Amino acid sequence: MKNKVARDIPDNILKQMTRKPFNGVTYGHPIAQRVAPKVRATTGRDKVLSSIDEVVAKTVADGMTISFHHHFREGDYVFNQVMRSIIDQGYHNLTLAPSSLTNVMNDIVVEAIKKGVVTNITSSGMRGSLGDAVSHGLLENPVVFRSHGNRARAIEQGEIKIDVAFLGVPNSDNAGNANGMDGDAAFGSLGYALIDAQYADTLVLVTDNIKAYPNTPASIKQTQVDYIVKVDAVGDPEKIGSGATRFTKDPKELKIAKTVNDVIINSVYFKEGFSFQTGSGGAALAVTRFLRQAMINNQIKASFALGGITKPTIDLLNEGLVARVMDVQDFDKGAAESMKDNRQQQEIDASWYADPANKGAMVDQLDVAILSALEIDTQFNVNVMSGSDGIIRGAIGGHQDAATAKLTIISAPLVRGRIATIVPNVTTVITPGDSIDVVVTEIGIAINPKRQDLIEQLSHVPGLPIYTIEALQQKAEKIVGQAKPLVFTDRVVAVAEYRDGTVIDVIKAVKD
Amino acid sequence: MEIKKTAMAGTLESSDVQIMLSQGSDGITFDLVSDVAKQFDDAIKATITAVLALYGVDNAEVKVVDKGALDMVIKARAMTAVQRALDLADEPNWEVM
Amino acid sequence: MATEERLRRTMMFVPGNNPAMVKDAGIFGADSIMFDLEDAVSLDEKDAARYLVYQALKTVDYGDAELVVRINGLDTPFYQNDIKAMVKAGIDVIRLPKVESVEMIQTLEKLVIEAEKQFGREIGSTQLMAAIESARGVVNANAIAMASTRMIGIALSAEDYTTDMKTHRYPDGQELSYARNVILHAARAAGIAAFDTVFTDLNDEAGFYRETELIHQLGFDGKSLINPRQIDMVNKVYEPSQQEILNAQNVIAAIEEARQKGSGVIAMNGQMVDRPVVLRAERVMRLAKANHLVDMEGNYIEK
Repeated sequence: MKNKVARDIPDNILKQMTRKPFNGVTYGHPIAQRVAPKVRATTGRDKVLSSIDEVVAKTVADGMTISFHHHFREGDYVFNQVMRSIIDQGYHNLTLAPSSLTNVMNDIVVEAIKKGVVTNITSSGMRGSLGDAVSHGLLENPVVFRSHGNRARAIEQGEIKIDVAFLGVPNSDNAGNANGMDGDAAFGSLGYALIDAQYADTLVLVTDNIKAYPNTPASIKQTQVDYIVKVDAVGDPEKIGSGATRFTKDPKELKIAKTVNDVIINSVYFKEGFSFQTGSGGAALAVTRFLRQAMINNQIKASFALGGITKPTIDLLNEGLVARVMDVQDFDKGAAESMKDNRQQQEIDASWYADPANKGAMVDQLDVAILSALEIDTQFNVNVMSGSDGIIRGAIGGHQDAATAKLTIISAPLVRGRIATIVPNVTTVITPGDSIDVVVTEIGIAINPKRQDLIEQLSHVPGLPIYTIEALQQKAEKIVGQAKPLVFTDRVVAVAEYRDGTVIDVIKAVKD
Repeated sequence: MEIKKTAMAGTLESSDVQIMLSQGSDGITFDLVSDVAKQFDDAIKATITAVLALYGVDNAEVKVVDKGALDMVIKARAMTAVQRALDLADEPNWEVM
Repeated sequence: MATEERLRRTMMFVPGNNPAMVKDAGIFGADSIMFDLEDAVSLDEKDAARYLVYQALKTVDYGDAELVVRINGLDTPFYQNDIKAMVKAGIDVIRLPKVESVEMIQTLEKLVIEAEKQFGREIGSTQLMAAIESARGVVNANAIAMASTRMIGIALSAEDYTTDMKTHRYPDGQELSYARNVILHAARAAGIAAFDTVFTDLNDEAGFYRETELIHQLGFDGKSLINPRQIDMVNKVYEPSQQEILNAQNVIAAIEEARQKGSGVIAMNGQMVDRPVVLRAERVMRLAKANHLVDMEGNYIEK
C-alpha cells in the first residue's frame, strides 16, 4: 500500500506489525491512555548490588525488552558491560530498545544477534558494522526506527514496554538519586534516559561515582530506581563529547552556514523572542556564530534554544542573547559542564522536547530549525538514514520532530564527492517534504512551493540565489553524472516510523 | 598502441582517483575499488576505456582506486596515465584532448 | 583594450593538481580564479595538473568569474605545453610568473598566437598578465605593463621580491612600499589592473585587514588570495559606504537628467560634474552591486 509520501509499504508488514501507513504530518487531538510501570516496593536498603552479573541475573529473563541511553555516545562503557553479561548468561529473544546505538555498541550487538540473544531492535538509528549487518539481513525481524519524540510517545503509550532499563550515570547516591552533570563521565542533560526512568518496570543505575545521600539535584529520583551497581568507569570522558568545539574552516561549510543565516534573518521569524534549534556539526556551529552577530547587529534576543546543545549556544546564553536553553542532550564538554551552574540551562526529557502525543511539546513552540540531510528529493523529502550505497548508516534523532518548526531549513552540500545530495527520489523517506521549508546549498537555496510566504520574503534578498528544487537536482546530476539505481531484495530489514507511529518507509536488504 | 611501461596518475585524496596502467594482452581489464562503485563502476570504466581508445590502446591492465572523483577528474587522470605509459608526457598528443 | 572595466578585487589561487579544490573553486564568489600550475605543483606532477585544469575548464561551470592560469616560468621545460593546453581549453587570462622584461611578454604572446592558430581560437582572445617578482621586474614595470595590448594586469609577488631585495616581509609592509607604488603607477599608466601580493598567515585576520586597507587606499584593484575565506574580507574592505553610494546615485541621476535634456554638461547642485567624478560614481555603484548593498533597481539597502 502506498502511503502519503508515495512509498510502497508491504501489506504484510503493516499487518504483522499492526501499523498504519503514514498519512500526513498533522497529529490532531487524539486522546490516548498512557501506561504505568510496575513498582516493587522497598525502603531502599537493598538497592546496591556488587556486580553487573548479579543485577542481570536478578532482573533479566528471556523475551524481555531492555533499554539503554546513548548520552555517553562513543565513550560508552555501560552498554558493553551489561550486554557482555547478558550474552554470557545465555539469555534469548530479547528486544533491544535503546534511545540510540553508537559505534562502540556495534560489535556486541552483532554478536548478540548472531547468538539469538537479541531478536528485535528499536532505536533512533545505527551505523557502521551493525548497520551493515542489518542491511544484509542479519536480524530476522525488522528493526523499528523512531525519532526521539516518537520513542517517548511509544513508551508512554505502551508500544515499547521496557522491562529493564540499564542507565549509566556519572553519579548517584545509594538510593538512586542521580544526575548527568557531575563526575568524571559527566555528559550534562539526561534527557533521553528520563523517559526510561519514568516508565521501565525495573530500573538499574550503573555508576562509577557513589555520592553521599541525598544526592541533588536529582534528575533521576530514588522513587524510580530498583538497583544500583558500581563499576570502575561508566564512560571515557574524551569520547563522550567532542572536546573544545572547533569552528569549521571548510569554506564550503562556511558558505552554506552564511546562507542559512541569510535565510533566517530575512524571514519574518527573526524577531525579538524567536526560538531556534541548530544541532551539531561544523556547519551548525558556524550558523550559531553568524546568528550571534546578526542578533547583536539587530538587537534581537531569542527566547530559547532547543535540542542538542553545544558550547557556542551556551555562549549565547551567557551573553544574554538567548534567555533559556532547553537541553535534551549536550554534544560537547562546554555545554555539559555549564549545566550544573546555569539555572537558565533547563534539562528537558524527550517527551517535553518532542513528543507529539503531549499537551504541548517544546518543538511545537519552535520558530527555526536547522537540520542536516544525507539526501533530499524534489518533493523535499529527507533521508537521514540510508547511505548512498543503500546501507543503514544514520539516525532519525530529533529530525522529524524539529522539522515541525515554523521555518525548517535543511543545510546540505549540493554534492558530496561524486554523490548527489539532491536527488529525484530519496532512498529512504525519514522526514516528509511537507515539513521542510527551505533547502540551503553552497550555490543557493530552494523553497518549498507550498511556502509562498517565504518565497515572497526571500526573493528580494540580494546575493541569495533561489532555484527550484528541480533545478538544484539537475545541477547536482550535471556535476556527478547519472547514478545507477541501487538494487535491493524484497526482504524488509527495517521500518521507519513517522513521529506519530505510522510507517513512513521501509528499508530493504541490499543486494551485493 | 602498446603500453610501454607501467605508469600511474592521481592520488588517494578525496575527490581524486588513482589510475595505474600496465601491459595487458586480453583487451582492457579492470581492477576497480571505489566508494561509489554501486552507482558509478560502469561509468568509471567507460570513461577510462574511452580515453585509452583515443590513444589507440586496446590492451591494458587498469588498476583504479577511486575516491569519489568526478568524471572530468577521471578523464584527466586517465589521460595523464596513458601519456606517461606511452612515454608522451613531454610531447602530448594535442589531437585527442 | 578598454572593454568594460570589471571588478578584480579577489584573485583566488587554486592548486592545479587538487581535484577537490579545482571542482569547488567557483562557489566562493571570487572575481578571478587563478589555477596554479607553477609553485603549487611538484615537478613530476606538472603534466597531471595541466590535464586536470584543462578538463576542469572544459567541464565545470565557474559562473561569472574570470579564469586565470599561472603557467610555469620561461626558465622551465613546462611553459610551452602549459600555454598550448590552456589556450586550447579557452582560458581567459594567462599569468606569467617572474616577469622581468618586455621580451618575456613578447615571447609569451608569440606562443599564445601560435596556440590560438593551432587550436582554432580567435586570435587575441587570450589575455595576459605579468607577475613581478624581482627588482628587475619592478624597474621595468612600466614597459612590461605596456608590452602587449593583451595585457590586463600586473601583480606584485612579494615572497620572491623581498628575497631578491635582501629582506623579508614585515607586518607594516614598508619593504614593499616602493614596489607597490611602481606597479600601481605602471598599471594605471597602461590602463590595466594592479594586483597586490598574497597574505599567507590565515590566522592573522587583523594583519590581513591592515594590509588590504593599505592597498585599497593606494588604489590597487585587488589582491591575490590563498584561501576562499579571504574573499569576504577583501570585499568588505572594498565595500563603499552608504554616503559614497548615495553620492554616486546623485551623480548617476544627474547624468541621466543631462542625457534626457540632451545636454552635454552634467550638473549637480548647480556645480558641473567632471569626468573623474562620473568614473568614480560608476565604480562605486559596481562595487555596491557586487557587495549586495543595492537592490535590482539600484536602491540602497539599509543593513
